[in-house]
Amino acid sequence: MIINSRFFNRSELMGFIALAVVLFVILPLTLDVFRLNLVAKYLTYAFVAIGLVLCWGYGGILSLGQGVFFGLGGYCMAMFLKLEASSVENTKIQSTPGIPDFMDWNQITALPFFWQPFHSLTFTILAIILVPGLFALIIGTAMFKRRVGGTYFAIITQAVAAILTILIVGQQGYTGGINGMTDLRTLKGWDIRPDHAKIILYFVEVVLLFACIGIAQFIRLTKLGRILVAMREQEDRVRFSGYSVANFKIFAFCMAAVFAAIGGAMFALNVGFMSPSFVGIVPSIEMVIYTAVGGRMSIFGAIWGAILVNFAKTSLSESFPQLWLFGLGALFIAVVLAFPNGLSGLWADYVQPRIDRLFASRKAKAGWNGNSVADSAPAE
Amino acid sequence: MSDEANKGPLSPLRRKLLMGMAAVPAITMLPRASFAQAPATSAVNTTGLAVTDTEVTVGILHSATGTMAISETGSIQAEKLAIEQINAAGGVLGRKIKFIQEDGASDWPTFAEKAKKLLVNDKVAAIMGCWTSASRKAVLPVVEQYNGMLYYPTFYEGLEQSKNVIYTGQEATQQILAGLNWIAKEKGAKSFFFIGSDYIWPRTSNKIARKHVENVLKGKVVGEEYYALGSTQFNSVINKIKLTKPDVIFTDVVGGSNVAFYKQLKAAGIDLSKQPLLTISVTEDEIDGIGGENIAGAYACMKYFQSLDNPNNKAFVSAFKKMWGEKTVIGDVTQAAYLGPWLWKLTVEKAGSFDVDKIAAASPGVEFKGAPEGYVRIHENHHLWSKTRVGRAKLDGQFELIYETADLVEPDPFPKGYQ
Amino acid sequence: MFGDYSLGDLGSIFVMQGFAGLILFSVYVLMALGLAIIFGQMGVINMAHGEFMILGAYVTWMTSNFFQSYLPSLFSGYFFLAMILAFFASGALGMLVEWVLIRHLYKRPLDTLLATWGLSLMLQQAYRSVFGAREVGVELPQWMLGSLRVTDSIEVPINGIFVMGLTVLITISVAYVLYMSRWGRQVRAVVQNRIMAGAVGINTEKVDRYTFGLGCGIAGVAGSAFTMIGSTGPTSGQLYIVDTFLVVVFGGAASLLGTIASAFSISQTQSTLEFFMSGSMAKVLTLLAVVGILMLRPQGLFALKVRK
Repeated sequence: MIINSRFFNRSELMGFIALAVVLFVILPLTLDVFRLNLVAKYLTYAFVAIGLVLCWGYGGILSLGQGVFFGLGGYCMAMFLKLEASSVENTKIQSTPGIPDFMDWNQITALPFFWQPFHSLTFTILAIILVPGLFALIIGTAMFKRRVGGTYFAIITQAVAAILTILIVGQQGYTGGINGMTDLRTLKGWDIRPDHAKIILYFVEVVLLFACIGIAQFIRLTKLGRILVAMREQEDRVRFSGYSVANFKIFAFCMAAVFAAIGGAMFALNVGFMSPSFVGIVPSIEMVIYTAVGGRMSIFGAIWGAILVNFAKTSLSESFPQLWLFGLGALFIAVVLAFPNGLSGLWADYVQPRIDRLFASRKAKAGWNGNSVADSAPAE
Repeated sequence: MSDEANKGPLSPLRRKLLMGMAAVPAITMLPRASFAQAPATSAVNTTGLAVTDTEVTVGILHSATGTMAISETGSIQAEKLAIEQINAAGGVLGRKIKFIQEDGASDWPTFAEKAKKLLVNDKVAAIMGCWTSASRKAVLPVVEQYNGMLYYPTFYEGLEQSKNVIYTGQEATQQILAGLNWIAKEKGAKSFFFIGSDYIWPRTSNKIARKHVENVLKGKVVGEEYYALGSTQFNSVINKIKLTKPDVIFTDVVGGSNVAFYKQLKAAGIDLSKQPLLTISVTEDEIDGIGGENIAGAYACMKYFQSLDNPNNKAFVSAFKKMWGEKTVIGDVTQAAYLGPWLWKLTVEKAGSFDVDKIAAASPGVEFKGAPEGYVRIHENHHLWSKTRVGRAKLDGQFELIYETADLVEPDPFPKGYQ
Repeated sequence: MFGDYSLGDLGSIFVMQGFAGLILFSVYVLMALGLAIIFGQMGVINMAHGEFMILGAYVTWMTSNFFQSYLPSLFSGYFFLAMILAFFASGALGMLVEWVLIRHLYKRPLDTLLATWGLSLMLQQAYRSVFGAREVGVELPQWMLGSLRVTDSIEVPINGIFVMGLTVLITISVAYVLYMSRWGRQVRAVVQNRIMAGAVGINTEKVDRYTFGLGCGIAGVAGSAFTMIGSTGPTSGQLYIVDTFLVVVFGGAASLLGTIASAFSISQTQSTLEFFMSGSMAKVLTLLAVVGILMLRPQGLFALKVRK
């Protein structure tokens, strides 16, 4: 990989333009609101995928617990929305009006203390970033300072995901249990359910996604990013060069956690729903798999992976409900065995050289025109 | 379609167009006579639902994959049977029912997503679907927002009522109270041990049962335990049961955990023919997995058993077995799922329209005399009046009817004094 | 909570509770042994381990049905044959998977996780297509049902004793195979230094294949044993996978003794806690304790060597 002094090298710029065109122009123009909302749901996983590229692709740290952070972000957002949906007049049918419905069903008569601050949107937004970030900091410090890595780290994060799921399901009076938090309605009085709100939320999400891409790209290009890659390849040499390997790992893990949390919060807003089924082991592994399919070394590849795998999941399960697990399973095996760098690896190996040739021959005449169209082709 | 083969591979779009074109003459060639009485589509469908002059589309939304597929398969089968029977009897307002089946994949947001697809893209006139409370809670905001009609088959915790939902299963008080009364009287039971799976339905059901035991029956609850869904280790709770020696074990353990629970209960030497056990969650479907020898002697309290001896049920059971095989069993929820399409048909005919608002308004008072459980009627609150029955599990996996309430029990989703 | 009960009652409850813990311990050991071999010895993260167990359970179910229909007179002994069949079925599938999939991935241990996850999805769907989505119940011969009356108030389940006996037998066999036999020496040689092992004439590919097959075969036997206490459905395998991995990691991978010690401590903690609090909180506390200890002592209880 050539480290370029520019923010994007040429192929990345093409990827950036292609993604921007598809997300900002093509999809909103061609899809109805229902499908667009589905894309918004897929994109929430793209946030997780960006984080995984940083910490897994570059840092070599495989976390099987990204669902934890996705869930923490999502639950913070959902708690705020649920409180707003549980106004006294909306819940007057309950024995204790003014608290979320699931608390009432579980004989809780007053809002628990840790719910109180979630009346404030400012606090909620801070919590979405800080709670998962701090949690990742604690886990990361404990693990990386003791030089735990590789498969051990993967399994321990998996256990953390299992613990959090059991806790959420078990403490249903405070968390909504296995049902999750449903029927989220308004954000500061603005109804998030109608079609026009879904469209606005979609664009907000895409803007946030590009902000995260920018941050991730920035990290990658600074010295920090290079140290991460060096660490993955030769951890001991980096350590002997005087760098604190653990701190860099902790940083990458925390960044990945924060990205996942933003995705989770956007999920709660777009889908109007949060449940423990996004916290556990299965969703966490699926998130890793989106990244692997798209290409763990490429930010844009991972985003495409998240979109395409989810799209395949929806459409396969619509047309072949009995068989979609076969297809999905086969896809993962194929990616791991045949294309370890995922779609972006395929792109770089087979498509990019051709474009380069085309580009070289046309450069004199056509310049930059038409690149974005060519680049978006494999996504369709 | 024969010339299609000569043209080689077709794009999916072209194929669809071709098939559509082929279908047009087929429809026009159908004998018009059978639809002579059918009212004009514009009159019965003012809100743009998927209703044509010959067809009306409904959605079936259950889990065909994932952990809940085990339980929901029966409901899918029952709904398909009901639709086939209705079509054979001339359809609804002269229109055949066509169904679109979607897979909720045991994943609650997927349920919401697919419900939205059925309502927004397919414009279905009604949805027969959901099984778990969680999936219903996820779907409920969607059917309310897009004004759909959901027929929900499972016995559930109550505390809910919606214009857009007809609950064809029993709510908690309807199911539990009669059973508790019966066992208290019959067995002189004073002490109860509750054990359930850890989610909203068992917790609410046990809350209601506890109030009833303590306030009405003047008994005592000596233990209340919950296990995560899918748990397979019940030895600790069985030891607690042995220590507290309750008169009755009251269980609402669901799904695969049941198998482990009853096997371990039997292995621990608790003989269900001597130790009364009342379950509200084990139907014939579950016994299939548990094994009759592990649960024989236990009492179940619900509104339907496959062994009910009445002409409606005999016809239903034999039609069900003819369609889905001799070995299939029919549980309470399966029967309730069967009621869904029928109640919808009767309501549409009463309202004279497919419009959801008119159906919602016409629902109260609709009665279905052909119900396998006997007779049901829709209450003002969109639940069903139904009888509650107690059955005793036999070795062959069937229940023997022991007791049934004399009258229909009124559904009361927001019971006073039980909250 | 103990005020109301006599000392004798309490005594027998504690005996039975200890026994419940022992059953849980056996379950954990059975699940983890196969994984400890595959993960500990080969470094492969086999996420489809649960599905190999379920294959064993389905084989048991089919054997039971076969005996019921064709050899009802021998029904009381079918379980032994079923376990042997389960071992070979799961083992054979494991060797096939190793040949098709795993052997390409030895240099990329984290990728085995993704590939085997894909495999587990496919196996689940295969079970669903072949055996149906409903759970199946395995009918046990009469002698395995019921309980053994030790005193008036102490009863121990017979199938629990059976599972415990089986666990002891399998553990001893595995220990013998790994530490006493010629083949076991080869396995350990390959683990310690693959290249040198190859250089001295050990067919490392063959050793890998049989090791993986052995691990999966033990999973099959575990699945067979679980039909006595749990249920068998297409997705039952997933329930066990995290517990199993934790047991192996907590014990310190590559150590058979560690696996047993960790299974013992985890199961006893959990079953004791279960008696005092709800099942889910007991589970949370146990897992938290395990993760906490692992953070302080990442190499696990019994580590032969520290790995990075």
